[in-house]
Amino acid sequence: MPDITEQLQQQINEVRSKGRKLAIVGGGSKQFMGRDISADRLEVGGHSGIVNYQPVELVMTVRAGTLLSEIEAALAEKNQMLSFEPPRFGDSSTIGGTLACNQSGPGRPWWNSVRDQVLGVNLINGKGEKLRFGGQVMKNVAGYDVSRTQAGAMGSLGLLTEISLKVLPKPSTTMTLAREMEHAEAIRFMNARAAEPKPLSGACWLDGTLYLRLSGAQSAVEATAKHWDIPVLQEGELFWQQLRDQQLEFFAGEQPLWRFSINSSAPTPALKGHWLLDWAGSQRWYRGEGEMAAMEAHAEKAGGQVSLYRGGDRTGEVMHRQQPALQAIQKRLKHSFDPDALFNPGRLYSWL
Amino acid sequence: MNTDSKPVNTAVSKPGKAELADMFRQFIDPQFVITDEETLKPYECDGLSMYCVMPLLVVLPETVEQVQQVMRVCHRYRVPVVARGAGTGLSAGAMPDAGGVVLSLAKFNRILDIDPVARSARLQSGVRNLAISEAAADYGLYYGPDPSSQIACTIGGNVGENSGGVHCLKYGLTTHNILSVEMITVEGERVVIGSDGLDSCGMDLLALITGSEGLLGVITEVQVKLLPTPEIARVIMAGFGTVDDAGDAVGGIIAQGIIPAGLEMMDSHAIVAVEAFTGAGYPVEAAALLLCEVDGTEEEVQEHIEKAEALFRDFGATSVRTSKDDVERALLWKGRKSAFPAMGRISPDYYCMDGTIPRAHLARVLNEMQDMSKRFGLRVANVFHAGDGNLHPLILFDANKEGELEKAEAFGSDILKLCVEVGGCITGEHGVGVEKIRQMPMQFTDSEIEQLNAVKNAFDPQGTLNPGKGVPTLRNCQEYRAIHLQPQAPEVNHA
Repeated sequence: MPDITEQLQQQINEVRSKGRKLAIVGGGSKQFMGRDISADRLEVGGHSGIVNYQPVELVMTVRAGTLLSEIEAALAEKNQMLSFEPPRFGDSSTIGGTLACNQSGPGRPWWNSVRDQVLGVNLINGKGEKLRFGGQVMKNVAGYDVSRTQAGAMGSLGLLTEISLKVLPKPSTTMTLAREMEHAEAIRFMNARAAEPKPLSGACWLDGTLYLRLSGAQSAVEATAKHWDIPVLQEGELFWQQLRDQQLEFFAGEQPLWRFSINSSAPTPALKGHWLLDWAGSQRWYRGEGEMAAMEAHAEKAGGQVSLYRGGDRTGEVMHRQQPALQAIQKRLKHSFDPDALFNPGRLYSWL
Repeated sequence: MNTDSKPVNTAVSKPGKAELADMFRQFIDPQFVITDEETLKPYECDGLSMYCVMPLLVVLPETVEQVQQVMRVCHRYRVPVVARGAGTGLSAGAMPDAGGVVLSLAKFNRILDIDPVARSARLQSGVRNLAISEAAADYGLYYGPDPSSQIACTIGGNVGENSGGVHCLKYGLTTHNILSVEMITVEGERVVIGSDGLDSCGMDLLALITGSEGLLGVITEVQVKLLPTPEIARVIMAGFGTVDDAGDAVGGIIAQGIIPAGLEMMDSHAIVAVEAFTGAGYPVEAAALLLCEVDGTEEEVQEHIEKAEALFRDFGATSVRTSKDDVERALLWKGRKSAFPAMGRISPDYYCMDGTIPRAHLARVLNEMQDMSKRFGLRVANVFHAGDGNLHPLILFDANKEGELEKAEAFGSDILKLCVEVGGCITGEHGVGVEKIRQMPMQFTDSEIEQLNAVKNAFDPQGTLNPGKGVPTLRNCQEYRAIHLQPQAPEVNHA
């Protein structure tokens, strides 16, 4: 696939000179996230391809529009993986969108997030300048960490064009354990297991069943399963994949989907709807109607934040409120990267 | 005496040292507002003592409110503020400003809370790195990042520098191991960035603050993640006949799917020096030495140790020794951990560099470094975080010899240039500070420098937080590109 950075840069400069705005689109599989906005589409999907992959360095550099499926296939050939297990909400999911929306799957508490694994980015800022931050090495503290700041910024700081990532070897053995358990007991149990030095790589609770995933050396996985004495779930891989890609029945239907990112041991907010607990209790999904302000209060009580992930009113705010001083800093940061507010205006917050 | 605490709206005249001290004594215990030369002296530099500047004064606030008040006063009068933890930094990031205040967080040394269930700890920013793991040990937990200075360095400083350590290949840097910080903005406002959750909405300001070298705000509290202490850890020490063999063995381990907890390399100069210093039994005839630590469950460690031992032999190891217990493990690590003091024994002074390179270029970089060594007439020994490509060349020199410090600095600069040429960077974990600000243009274009300065401006429009560090001005950058400036050396005092 070709490098179309120049073309993207040209497009940005044209839109800028006309005083118009841009909505960045990679594969379009995460269009449901953030607030609804209307602006000219800036298609990045054509800017794809693996630029460099050095398995022994554990580093891969890819263009932002590269499909997750292409990246994961190349890694699999060398028995490696994207440890943050990016969700695929469709075949068209790209790495750029994954980083911009900071999306990581079930292994995140143990294997880091996409934000954590980013080593460097190339981006085009709102002045049409091509910039490079970070690099292709594991440790780099020259300049501010602009690369990781992109995670969750939803394109508000510029157009990502290239991303370097730390990749990891695939664990040699994976096993899923499952048993019945009550909601509150599951929170306690998942936290207790996560405090043990065992090869845990997933901890989820749904509909009265606790699911644990073990990954690592075969001997360690088998010994831990025996030690914990929880039944093995056959073909458990499918469960984790469906959890990652939100294909479980829990995620179906039109009801609003809320995401709570909170203290892993906090009691679940007392709401009437349907809950799914992931990340050993740190990430909790809720299906049900709710007012943003009330949900924010619940999240803060549990030591964290909430977002209206999918559905509901997408013209109001969908991300947890910001402290006024932090809101002011983010506005100024936005201005520093994108003085004319070209990129995704209002997608993350109405004021950004 | 100026006791006026009301905001001054019109152009404010900068108060003198005595006036400023009086203002601070209104709300800080007077004995913790330091103005006399003798008591100020220890604050004139950090761990990189070739850069020394006496500050106007030093304050040691005891509460967050006092920090806020210090910031408000300094903001109103545009007085530079340099925050300081333990002062162990190696890039002069905590070097004072001659017209400014050093804000020491030394009194912020309380562990506020350990949550063994959610596996996190809340700490004031002056808590020592090692003290966290010591306090968490009762719960079978520890804090991951372990910089060499961990006995003394503070968690606030670790956030400022994004510190790593020997275990960061597997357990990550500071940025991977913190949940939130409490920060005082340049205006004196208290903000919390992050939460108890693993991520937060909006731009990832926590990432931006981590490694920002005190240029964006003053950290007063940090919430860190705690990890379960591994059941067991063992270390393999392997000697190799060539650097290439050792480098290939590192790649071989990773290709096997093993991520060691630590993977360190030393070259022959370093091996000889540390063996003379510690007598830990290092193979002095080897051209390179690897220390490979594997941790995890009993079963996993057994499996990986066997694989790694065999693999090292396949890659031509001339000696392989594996620790049988924690006593032997500590002994094998002792040499690596004593590398810096060991250099102090064979040379009056040493200058520690901190570039990072893609590992594939290791042999080329080490060979070119030996050529430079001949050219500059200075010895260089190498210790290397081999797993993550972070080089620490130690340039040996004698500051009492006319011109040797300048030669050492020029040698160091050439090493960093080489690191950038092979696709690496000028600093892996020590930070830019004052020391490497001249090398920033090697790694960044003018547009990138301008963008970094714009980020700074979003937090600190008047530029009073740790001025002159981290990111050069665009003008300086262009000047550096135009002419190669000779480094200045105000004062030299290597301990």
